[in-house]
Amino acid sequence: MIHCNSAAEWLNQPGSFIALWTDATHAYALYQPGRVVTIPLVDNAYPALSAPGANWFQRLAFDTSGAIATGTRDTRPAIEHFCAQDGTSAWPEFTPAPGEGVHQVAVGPIHAAIIEPGHFRFSVRGEEVLKLEARLGYSHKGTLALMRGKSPRVATRFAARISGDSTVAHSLAFAHATEAALGLTPPTRALYLRAIMAELERLANHTSDIGAIAGDAGFSFLDARLAWHRESLCCAAAAAFGHRLMMDMVIPGGVAGDLRTGGADSIIASLDALETELPGLTRVFEDYASLQDRLVGTGIIPPELAEAYAPGGFTGRASGQPQDSRITPGYAPYENFGLSVPYESDGDVAARIRVRLAEIIESIRLIRDILSTLPDDAIAIAPPSGSGYGLGVAESFRGPVWHWLRLDSGLLTDIFIADPSTLQWPLLEHAATTGILADFPLINKSVNASYSGVDL
Amino acid sequence: MVWKTLARHFISRPAAPRAADPAITAALRERLTTAATAKLGRSLAIRHVPAGSCNGCELELRATQNMIYDLTQYGLSFTPSPRHADILLITGVAARNMLEAVRQARAAMPDPVFVIAVGDCAVDGGVFKGSPEITGGADSILPVDLIISGCPPTPGQIIEGLIALLEAHTEIKTKKRPSRIRE
Repeated sequence: MIHCNSAAEWLNQPGSFIALWTDATHAYALYQPGRVVTIPLVDNAYPALSAPGANWFQRLAFDTSGAIATGTRDTRPAIEHFCAQDGTSAWPEFTPAPGEGVHQVAVGPIHAAIIEPGHFRFSVRGEEVLKLEARLGYSHKGTLALMRGKSPRVATRFAARISGDSTVAHSLAFAHATEAALGLTPPTRALYLRAIMAELERLANHTSDIGAIAGDAGFSFLDARLAWHRESLCCAAAAAFGHRLMMDMVIPGGVAGDLRTGGADSIIASLDALETELPGLTRVFEDYASLQDRLVGTGIIPPELAEAYAPGGFTGRASGQPQDSRITPGYAPYENFGLSVPYESDGDVAARIRVRLAEIIESIRLIRDILSTLPDDAIAIAPPSGSGYGLGVAESFRGPVWHWLRLDSGLLTDIFIADPSTLQWPLLEHAATTGILADFPLINKSVNASYSGVDL
Repeated sequence: MVWKTLARHFISRPAAPRAADPAITAALRERLTTAATAKLGRSLAIRHVPAGSCNGCELELRATQNMIYDLTQYGLSFTPSPRHADILLITGVAARNMLEAVRQARAAMPDPVFVIAVGDCAVDGGVFKGSPEITGGADSILPVDLIISGCPPTPGQIIEGLIALLEAHTEIKTKKRPSRIRE
């Protein structure tokens, strides 16, 4: 951890910005590839960072602790909707895009599909989207406050519920942070089993999301087939680890349960099925002009913008940012398996799908390699009761998940969790303006930022 | 030709208003009700509202629609509009920021409405119980008719719960269906 003595030092840090948070006395900022910088709060205020991604974090810090980012222009509430006891609240002002003939389209917080709550305000002229403003915070549950004062073993249940679709990645990042704080190295078998779960989760999300995008473009055949594969992967996960989403399976010190009898065969069978059908499904994506017409050039996130926000994940990798936290900063056991990370530079919906299709192939290979070299030792060690602070990262399907925590005599005194979605929402707001209103469902699904992971 | 028709209309008196025989109407209505209950009685539309979930329950709700579970084979389907919905399905804790939205969704639905809480969070707040940012489970917003617990419940459990609710509210015997749900 780097302690800043001056505002200038705090403001001029090299590396891409990842996250910002405050505790009672300090403000903290996290930069690639895992550098924490801190500055003491003066009158509960700290200098606002100029990194574009810092905005949401500064709004969140104000809503949760009242810490003021001096010099910020964006003072909209993040999660505090100023609800009265009966749930009613004043509706906020949305600034429309300037120009003649512009009107606003309001969507949400309840959406048409089965997804999480959030409000979108589009400024449109005809079909053309000029501006999108996303209002989040609807599923704010006060998770961070609930985690404080608990032991890592209890708090990991909350980490697993930050965002259900990346429950393994969040549990893993939390375990990494706890292990860093306590100087703990889990047994190799645990590390390998964790990687199998993380890659299974990646596969399940990639298959279901790609299918859903195709379904939105009218290709229900792809949607049906890929949903079938997602189902077979979830059934394999249930057979191997006892839970379809593998929730609560990764714990500080190792994993909660060993691979069950027949579990490896179930996983291999689901991978075989996916591997057999994937080339055919990929061809449908590439060959159908009507599908390509919807996907190519839609929802463009230009590489410059992706570089400014550094969102990571397939969103970053489709816009020319090859970062993957499994390689930088990297964590076990990926260094043993020669991970290759696909990336593109078009930054449109089609590029994000191509990156995800390539990641599916790589994850299948990883799981096979890991399963065939699974070492035979313990699956967990008990974390000792200790003090210290730790930073942990794990690559979820949508990007790097960062957990920072401080332990005092075995209990969490402070925690901050940064889901990559926080940096992806502003990019989605931009991507929406490169298409027409009817393209938004495609663009939204192609980024698939988490609401719950941001609302906390 | 036209003149002839017009002239006839001018000199003739309007036909007496036609009214159906009340007995026949009643009989037809009864036949329709029986047929509709048998054929459509279980055809219900579900409006899903996430009131503060982690999106785990949403994943499994979506999975109920895939070709393996195929929710529509039981006459159940998700609808985007609360105006068409018979079931309000709530996932997640009752987050304060969502209270108003849930109430408005309920108010937009035509009565009668079944309210279902899906997932441990919607049942009683789950792990988030006691957080000041939530008011508890779905029953802290609306009276709940059915709870389907699990974190998250599997697609099979969700469908089982939905069918149990319908069976409790329909007198007709349901036809035995081949089980397509593997647990």
